[in-house]
Amino acid sequence: MALEKPYGDVPGTTVFDAEMARKGYHLNQFCMSLMKEENRKRFLADQRAYLDEWPMSEEQKLAVLARDYNRMIAAGGNIYFLSKMFATDGKSFQFAAGSMTGMTQEEYAEMMLKGGRSIEGNRYKGEKPNG
Amino acid sequence: MARITAGATMSHVPVVGRAIDTDQTGTDYWKPAFAGFEFSKQWIKDNLPDVIFLVYNDHATAFDMKIIPTFGIGCGEEFPPADEGYGPRPVPTVKGAPDLAWHIAQSVIEDEFDLTIINEMKVDHGLTVPLSLMFGKPTEWPCRVIPFPVNVVLYPPPSGKRCYALGKAIRKAVEKFDEDLNVHIWGTGGMSHQLQGPRAGLINREWDKSFLDRLTSDPDALARIPHIEYVREAGSEGIEMVMWLIMRGALGDKVEEVHRHYHVPASNTALGHIILETR
Repeated sequence: MALEKPYGDVPGTTVFDAEMARKGYHLNQFCMSLMKEENRKRFLADQRAYLDEWPMSEEQKLAVLARDYNRMIAAGGNIYFLSKMFATDGKSFQFAAGSMTGMTQEEYAEMMLKGGRSIEGNRYKGEKPNG
Repeated sequence: MARITAGATMSHVPVVGRAIDTDQTGTDYWKPAFAGFEFSKQWIKDNLPDVIFLVYNDHATAFDMKIIPTFGIGCGEEFPPADEGYGPRPVPTVKGAPDLAWHIAQSVIEDEFDLTIINEMKVDHGLTVPLSLMFGKPTEWPCRVIPFPVNVVLYPPPSGKRCYALGKAIRKAVEKFDEDLNVHIWGTGGMSHQLQGPRAGLINREWDKSFLDRLTSDPDALARIPHIEYVREAGSEGIEMVMWLIMRGALGDKVEEVHRHYHVPASNTALGHIILETR
């Protein structure tokens, strides 16, 4: 008997559930380490070397090096943990969120100013998005 | 006897805190977001509580993946602001209310809500931004605060129904406390927002408005909203609104809405703010 996961049909969304949390454990704990100034400095000085201190998968490390947030989330990253990384880069939540949508930062900011992404067409996978 | 006299909800977007810290609240972008708090700042001055029971979520700050309590209660003397990667916010240390907090912990655990007791904890924007929105930039917070972190980062958060029932148990606990204290309860976070994936930026005005309406008129119905509806309609991060139901449960049956403010956007988020007084 599998667990019921009714959120699988929500488009463009990865729910950070138990399965993802298990998968992303070390990636998220690596992000947590960036809460400390000395670790931020060490990470930025040699990113690959710092990542190699963590028992993360190669895919997780490559996703971090590419700053590909969708890829990090697919590898078990959670946005609140990943925020430690974009904070380290001096980037905002809006920058990071926008980067996951395929829009430019300006386009994304403009969409938010106009009231955000519409719910219409964005409830179920396979619907035609309407904004 | 202590009593809960009012509740308030507000978003806790980190850049809202930044706007306050760097005096940007009057810019074209932020002015409409902060305008809705002018009433509230006066209201809280006129109705200053002794203690705020502040329901919020920690954002991978005090709790990382090592330990994830579903419900925690801060019973310590004080809670310093955390460094979330940008350096700690320049805000005062939060002073706790340990006697009341320990009393509530014992009472609600006896009522079968198995809280995690927390005596030492740093608090992040989830707790400090709501305080800044209501109190501005004082050198000391003008009242004591019981931090009540709820897990809404790891899915599943507690159900709306569970949160609502817990709120009722908190009310009962406060009313059994002998000291004469005026207590407010705040539910923070929300409203609709999604911070991740290709659907990031989702806002659902109609759903948010309906939630605000029913907070006064039909909280029992709100408490029955299943998690999937939050995720689908209010975004993957909008699910944190279950925390508002702890506040609502703690206010008793009859409340009056004395203020409401709704603004899009605050960065990625629909900012929702409501003040309810018990009747």
